[in-house]
Amino acid sequence: MTTDIGKFKHDSPMSGTLRMERMPHIWCPGCGIGSEVNAFAEAIKRSGIDPKKLVVVSGIGCTGRVAGYVDFDSIHTTHGRAIPVATGIKLANPELTVVVFSGEGDLTGIGGNHLIHAARRNMDLVVICNNNFTYGMTGGQVTPTTPHSAIASTTPYGNYEYPFSLPFLVDAAGATYIARWTSMDVRNVTQSIEEALAHKGFSFIEIISPCTTLYLRRNRLGDGVDMLQHYQENTVLKHGCDTRETAIDFQGKIVIGKFVDKVKPTYLEAVDQCCVKLVGDDYQLYGKTIPEREAEEKAEKEKVAARRAAVLAEQTEANE
Amino acid sequence: MKTVPAEPKGVDSGPHFMDGDQAIAEGALAAGCRFFAGYPITPSTETAERFAERAPEVGALFIQMEDELASIAALIGAAWGGRKAMTVTCGPGFSLMVENIGLAAMTETPLVIANVQRGGPSTGLPTLTAQQDMMQARYGSHGDYAIIALSPDSPQECFDITVEAFNLSEFYRVPVIILTDETVGHMHEKVVIPPAEQIQVVPRNNYSGPKEDFRPYKFDCQGGHPMARAGDGYNFHITGLTHDERGYPVMTAEQSKIVVTHLMEKIHGNADKIIRLDEDQIDGADVVVVSYGITSRIAIKAIQDARKEGIKVGSLRLITIWPFCEKRIRELAPKIKAFVVPEINYGQMVLEVERCAGGKCETISVNHCGGAVHDPEVILAAIRKANQ
Amino acid sequence: MFFNNLKQLHGKVYINETWCKGCGFCVQFCPTNVLDISSDYNAKGYHPPYAKNPEKCHDCQYCQIICPEFSIFVTRDDENERGVTEK
Ligand code: SF4
Ligand code: SF4
Repeated sequence: MTTDIGKFKHDSPMSGTLRMERMPHIWCPGCGIGSEVNAFAEAIKRSGIDPKKLVVVSGIGCTGRVAGYVDFDSIHTTHGRAIPVATGIKLANPELTVVVFSGEGDLTGIGGNHLIHAARRNMDLVVICNNNFTYGMTGGQVTPTTPHSAIASTTPYGNYEYPFSLPFLVDAAGATYIARWTSMDVRNVTQSIEEALAHKGFSFIEIISPCTTLYLRRNRLGDGVDMLQHYQENTVLKHGCDTRETAIDFQGKIVIGKFVDKVKPTYLEAVDQCCVKLVGDDYQLYGKTIPEREAEEKAEKEKVAARRAAVLAEQTEANE
Repeated sequence: MKTVPAEPKGVDSGPHFMDGDQAIAEGALAAGCRFFAGYPITPSTETAERFAERAPEVGALFIQMEDELASIAALIGAAWGGRKAMTVTCGPGFSLMVENIGLAAMTETPLVIANVQRGGPSTGLPTLTAQQDMMQARYGSHGDYAIIALSPDSPQECFDITVEAFNLSEFYRVPVIILTDETVGHMHEKVVIPPAEQIQVVPRNNYSGPKEDFRPYKFDCQGGHPMARAGDGYNFHITGLTHDERGYPVMTAEQSKIVVTHLMEKIHGNADKIIRLDEDQIDGADVVVVSYGITSRIAIKAIQDARKEGIKVGSLRLITIWPFCEKRIRELAPKIKAFVVPEINYGQMVLEVERCAGGKCETISVNHCGGAVHDPEVILAAIRKANQ
Repeated sequence: MFFNNLKQLHGKVYINETWCKGCGFCVQFCPTNVLDISSDYNAKGYHPPYAKNPEKCHDCQYCQIICPEFSIFVTRDDENERGVTEK
């Protein structure tokens, strides 16, 4: 057992996107969060976006620790408040790409109101929701998505509540990009995050993932490998699926895919439309007129496209 | 504190006739606030309405959030995104905000909150005045931290104090609370907004040095430290967890001592620089009336009447509520017969006065439940009693 | 199956045994069974993987991306390039 950690950190392809000095992280063996962060890091690299212009915001809980491990501007907020903090950052500087990475308890329980309102406004955020059906950090309590009949520390005789189906929830609220994968589908997760980063408007990516220590153990579902195998066998890929048909039953089939991808003015575009009518063409937000901001955005998009092309070229070259 | 003249775009110079709430919005715009997130609540809503109306022409952004939890969270985001940010509320909304006042204090995020106090508890008296949130402003969020709170007694002072609130907030990187009340908030008076070049504002202190030297925090019990702006490439990390100077979580008793001491002492250790008091005929006084906000204007009548009766009474008006003017009270206590403390609550700041007087003189509380201001006669009676 | 002049790629797996928590994802889901669980323990008491069949690695990088501990990465192994082409 003689790994040269310094060399490993230096050579690792993740070293530019993750805070290697903070590893190893706190997540349990077999927990899905690490795989998702890996997919996220990969997506950032491939997307071509300027890592300086990326901000990651998390709430509280196991997934809430993501912000502490990514090497970007990052904020670890209070429980449930990641989305409004992200909203503040985005509105303070519209040039930033703002990603919220948090768990389902944080985003849909204590923070549920913020989730639906950010979706309603079509706020230009990427929300990545690790859904492991449990409050891991506090010891495995029932969450708003825990399937009916599943056991949690606070539903020791089985969950008698009805869970949220998150794609349906955010669809009804107005999200303009919605996908669901499992932590097994890391390639699809990577691609979805890439698409969401490029998407203008509220993007929501749900990732079903194993909480080995609490949810799996309490429900006697084996370890992480067993669960990933379960995902392999029980996921049904249905792009464009009506979100009303995405509910999850205990150990039942899981519909995965990209369900929604549509265009609608974002919150800031709506602000601009309103204000330019009011003030006229010299309307400025934070000292910049709309044409100035559009020109900057276009220039940045071209830079992103060029960086992305470079990444792709490198990969194709490797395959030739 | 390094200051620069205000950006003319946000300054609507000249004489105005407006209420205290509106003056707060004007003060914020003059101070360079360009982001406002709020939620409607009587009697504070006029500030949000004024800001929403003025935002497009100033090039600022107003957003009505889904609740007060979200409003203050958005301010924290906006502050690290590079904007000066504020919100306004009153008791019930403030109760929701205390969660993230803790986060703002812990992450040393500058922001300004105005609490236009109304009668409580709970929904209480939505349209009637009170000063019942004085202790909540200081101690509302859990854990040890310190904030700054200021209290205006007129619409003009609402304007002036809001500018000062932003300046203190930027310098000390701390939430600053404007503790006004329904009466001052809804009182229409003349407000003169000076020309932009006469308004001094503390600009956001953004770090611009080399990346490897960047630390989001410096635990030296002082203000004036730069912060990073998202997007500038410093890859800052901030967290509500106990952290080191890099912002990384360090959850030990030793680190907690370093962080908490810094949070407390950067305010209390600089109390002399922060505190502003308005004193009148204190020298040689036998009785000193300690008051703030609208109550200080009611007390004027009682003080004048008492002086006519030959009582030597001075007035100490608290413009800065927190940090409390401990030193001044300690100095005065042995020289006078009594402090008289009228306030529209069951006795909150009087506890501080009494603590600092330390039994060297009497402390008389003239408490009053919410809903109306004092009858000056009641304060006068207390002054007479104090002079015996 | 290789088309045109696409060639078989080879990868080299780097494993950081120290961070590994022995979840077994990399071993279980490697499409060509390059990895296996070692009988050794790391300092934390987990069994990290080792490259049992290194020559079988085709640089698909699945282990790299599924590893929740960021303890594996794969690089293209040019030295070991056999340049197999199929027309
Ligand atoms: S408790 Fe569950 S969710 Fe939290 S790190 Fe462990 S496995 Fe992951
Ligand atoms: S996937 Fe990573 S943590 Fe899991 S066994 Fe393999 S190397 Fe170890």
